[in-house]
Formats: sequence, structure tokens, C-alpha cells
Amino acid sequence: MQLAVNIVVLSAIYALIACGYVLIYRVSRVLNLAHGELMMLGAYLLLATAASFAGNPVAAIAAAVVLSLAVGILVYVFLMRKMTGEMVLAAVLTTVALGTLLRGLMVLIWSAQQQYPGQALGFDNPAIALPGGGRISTFAAILVVTTALVYTGLFVFLRFGRWGVRMRAAGQNPLLAAQRGINLHAVYALAWGLSTLTGSMAGMLIALDSGLTSSMTVIGLKAFPAALVGGLDSLVGALVGALIIGAAEVLSIQYVDPLLSDVVPFLVLIAMLIVRPWGLFGTREELDRV
Amino acid sequence: MSRGTPRASGYFRTDYAQDLALTQTRLERASLLAFAVILAAFPFLATAFYLDLACQVFLAAIGALSLMLLTGYAGQISLGHAGLLAAGAFTAGILFREFNAPFWVTLPAAAAVGALLGIVFGLPSLRLRGLYLAVSTLALHFVVVYLGGEYESKRGYSTGIMIDAPTIGGYAITNGRVWYFVLLVAAVATLLICINLLRSRTGRAWRAIRAHETVAEALGINIAAYKLLAFVISSAMAAVAGALFAYYRHFVSVEAFSLFLSIQYVAMIIVGGMGSLLGALLGAVFVTLFPYLIEAALQQLPNAQSYAGVLFAVNYAAFGAVMILFLLFEPLGLVGIWHRVQHYFLLWPFKHRPVAGAGK
Repeated sequence: MQLAVNIVVLSAIYALIACGYVLIYRVSRVLNLAHGELMMLGAYLLLATAASFAGNPVAAIAAAVVLSLAVGILVYVFLMRKMTGEMVLAAVLTTVALGTLLRGLMVLIWSAQQQYPGQALGFDNPAIALPGGGRISTFAAILVVTTALVYTGLFVFLRFGRWGVRMRAAGQNPLLAAQRGINLHAVYALAWGLSTLTGSMAGMLIALDSGLTSSMTVIGLKAFPAALVGGLDSLVGALVGALIIGAAEVLSIQYVDPLLSDVVPFLVLIAMLIVRPWGLFGTREELDRV
Repeated sequence: MSRGTPRASGYFRTDYAQDLALTQTRLERASLLAFAVILAAFPFLATAFYLDLACQVFLAAIGALSLMLLTGYAGQISLGHAGLLAAGAFTAGILFREFNAPFWVTLPAAAAVGALLGIVFGLPSLRLRGLYLAVSTLALHFVVVYLGGEYESKRGYSTGIMIDAPTIGGYAITNGRVWYFVLLVAAVATLLICINLLRSRTGRAWRAIRAHETVAEALGINIAAYKLLAFVISSAMAAVAGALFAYYRHFVSVEAFSLFLSIQYVAMIIVGGMGSLLGALLGAVFVTLFPYLIEAALQQLPNAQSYAGVLFAVNYAAFGAVMILFLLFEPLGLVGIWHRVQHYFLLWPFKHRPVAGAGK
């Protein structure tokens, strides 16, 4: 039972992060390798707002969420906007460079020590006993619920929302979308904002649950196989992929070797690339576009 | 090399020997000779610190050249270069620890392991392109580093593997100056191999594949074979660089081969300039010296001591910033700047080259 709980929690983490990769890739065909760093930035933003909104945790969280949305939009406006139309590789390398820059800046500002935003906000994190003998920490439970809400929200938004439809259109055919009067830059900026927002929410919840160190970027990078296994342009895929990666990781830690935990997601990724490079739910033509 | 770069005026090649020659004009020969003299005299003038820097540059140059062959010429993106270096270093380390093998066994063995891994890294390239290929090499990087870490922890070398200095006829290479010349020869040999590969059938095939795969195939180039060949050659070179690195440092540890090292190598070929061997060399020099420049710059600031703890963070931030600046404003890299300077003087007093076909 505990094993199942662990799988669900880890999968929820990966799913919440992976939808950021999917959003950006689906809309603008850019692979954002700075996602892990942006997610960590979200967690540090919570730390910063916790200090300035002392005694008012809800306001602190709300401020951090809004700030992370702004960060994503700013990243697009000031950096990635200049890379539209460039080679795909150049855009990806720009995100790599952005990640390196952010990592350095975050250590400079907040130091590399482990921090506990949960304590700063005055939250405690009691374990909840589940029927069936499993235990789950409060914030892990909140994370699972958040993931479910975020995915439901994204599905509804992309299916029925005016901007959601625009995003899908821009992803399918940027030229036609632009000719129908869709503001591509606004759509891309929105995608970056939403992606950073969801990533940051994952970062904040992980930090609230188990503290915040500079190793959080590794989690961000490990969520990437989840996005690719499911198919880089499919939200359902990200969910399924996260479940596969999460299960593979938890089971291999349990039954094979704890050291494997950092490498299992990538082994699954390689296997997937060999068998079905476009992922479980991805579109096949994707491969010829890149 | 680049299209229509004006060389010395009135120079025309008149026989095949001139086509094959590495240097074309007297100026080129003279400057090459001067450069060689400087390189040869350097270790006798420099302090141990600068000697070490030079050795690091040579090692980085081998790695950067091999990545340039793969990415800059054959057009196959790799984000797992550090994995190949790690493979070479660990081959040397493991063979030395387990079998006490001398360097003339471990270096070829490292090359062989590298070549083998090259096939493994290269196989996805037969199906995948661009982004997906980059991702698969990234994943393989983690696998290789994991295997190295596994060996370290299972055999009880949790802090790393120590390697003795290589010995030739009873003489151990420990002296910094000797290392300087060993690595210089290795780097020059790599450069010559690259130059000759690129102006042969192989190099032309790679460039054709990079320009357009379908057209290359239509021209009768065996895409699969040449892609794999690019991976094999590049990986073998990188693995040898890794093994040399292990011997030079007397020490192998997975910590040295993080993802950041792969990023640094990619940065070398971007900052240097894609599709140019000179670019790989310039990039290797730049990226290797960059952290030392940052450190020197920080020393100039008031109360320099207080920055010592955050030096690596400053490095990260500055490195990322420089990479972004190059990607945004100078995609051709240092070589692009160099060519612009060259053109400025060659075209002087004019600003622009004449429009093609006008006035001829």
C-alpha cells in the first residue's frame, strides 16, 4: 500500500512538472531544458514572499504564484522571443544557457543551503494515515490534488477556452494561426507563463513537503522523460508517462538498487526512443518537423 | 575555408601538391612557424599555474574538436559529450586498478571503448533527428555516469579512483613541462586528423549530410554508415581525451563528469563558432580560461575574500550569461568576429564586399 502511495505521489510530481514541458513544446516546438531551474526559482520565490508577507501564508503563496507567471512571460519576452524562427537547436541551447544562469543566480541570492519555506510560512506537515495502511504527508496529498486540478483545468482551458483554442491553433500551424489574426507572441508568452506557473507550483509544493536545495533541478530534469515517453505534444501522454516513470523509479528503488533512482527515468526514455520515438500519445509527424 | 574569403591576392594553386599542402602562402607559413615557436617556448617561461592552464586548454581542445566534427560538421547534436569523456577516463582507471595496465594499453582501450559507445550513442541518430537525438545522447550521458558511479561504490573507491603517472621506459611523466608537450602533441595530432578527415571523402559526406540528408542520400552517400562513423570517430577522440585527463589528474571520479561539463563542451563550439575547427580551438581556450578570468576579476573588487565562497555560483551565472549573449548576438561565435576583423582589413578602405558579379 505504501508502495502504491509512493508511486502516486512521485507520478503526481512528475506529471505536474511534465505538463510544463508539454505546454511549451506543443505550442512553440521548443524544448525548455531550463524548466527544472524555473521550477526551483518558483520555490525560492515562495521563500522570498514568505519573508515579506510574514504571518499571511495565503497571500505569500498567491504572490509567489503570480510572480512565477510573470517570470515565465518575462523569459519569453526578453529571451525566447528573439529565438523564434531560429534553428530549433539554438533555442534549446538558449534554454540550457538560461538554466545555467538561473542556477548561478539562485545560489548567489539564496545560498546553496537547504531551506524550509514550510517553516517560514508556519506550516507543519503531519502525515495522514490512509485506509489500507499507507501514510502520506499533508503536502504530498495536496500535491496530488493540485496535479489533478491543474490537469483538469488545462484540459478545459485548451478545449473550451478562447486562449486555449488559440494555443492549439498556434501549435498546429503557426502560419495559418497568424493569418487568422492570432497574436503568436502573446500565445507563446502565455504558454511560457503557464508552463513556469505549473512548474513553480510543483517546486513550491516539493519545497513545502521536503525542503528546498539546489538539487531540485535534478527532479525537473527527471520529469522530462515523463513528457517524452507520453509524447511531447500530448497532455494525456504526460500524465501516463509520469505514471510509468514514477512506477519504474519507485519499483527499482524498492526491488533493485537505490542508486538506480537517478538513471531509471533515462533508461525508460532510451527504451522509448528506440521503440516509439514520438511517444505513446504523440503525433508521429512530429519527428520530421524537428 | 569560408566562401569567398579573400586570401593573398594573385595567389593561384597550380599543382596538386599545393592543394594538399596545409599552408598556402608565405605569410601563413611564417605565422604558423612563429606560433609553433611561441608554443615551444611557453613552458620554459611560464609558471606552474599557467602551465596547468595550458594543459587544460589542450585537453579541452581535443574534446571540443571531436564534438565539432560531430555537431559542427556532421550536424549530429550531442548533449552527452561528458559521458564519453567519462567512459575514456573510467576505462583507463579501471584497467589500471584491476589489471595494472600500462598507458599504451589503456589509451587504445579507451579509444576502443569510446568507439563502441559511439555506435551506441549513434544508433538513435539513424531514427531520430535534432531535438530527439540531443535528448537520447543526454540520457546516455546519465547511463554512462551511473555505470561509473556504480563501479566506484561497488569496488570501494567511493571518493574516486587514483591512477599513477604513466611511465615510459622506467621514466614516470610527472613533470608539468613534459605533460605540456605530451598534451600539445596529442592536441596537434587530433587537429591534423580532423583537418585531413574533413578534406577527404568522409568530411565531404558529413557536410552533405548536415546540409540536407535527403539530397546527400540521393547523391549516393551512405547516410547510416557516415553518421555512425562520425559518432565513432568523435567518441573515440573524446574517450582518449578523457583517459589523458585521468592520467593528467591522477584521479577519476564521476563528479568531474557532470551534465555541466557537457554543457561546457557545447558552449565551446557555440562560443567558438559552429562548423570551424579554429572555432573549436578558440572556444576551448575561452571556456577553459573563463572561470579564471572571472576569479581574477572578482579579486579586483573590494573585499575580495567575501566572494570566495560564491565563486562557483558567479561562474555559473556568468557562463550562462555569456552563452546567451553569444547565441543572441553572435551566433557565428568568436570565428565570426575574427572573420569580420579580417574582412575589415582586407576590404579597407571599403566597407562592403562588391556585389557578386558586379564589375567583373
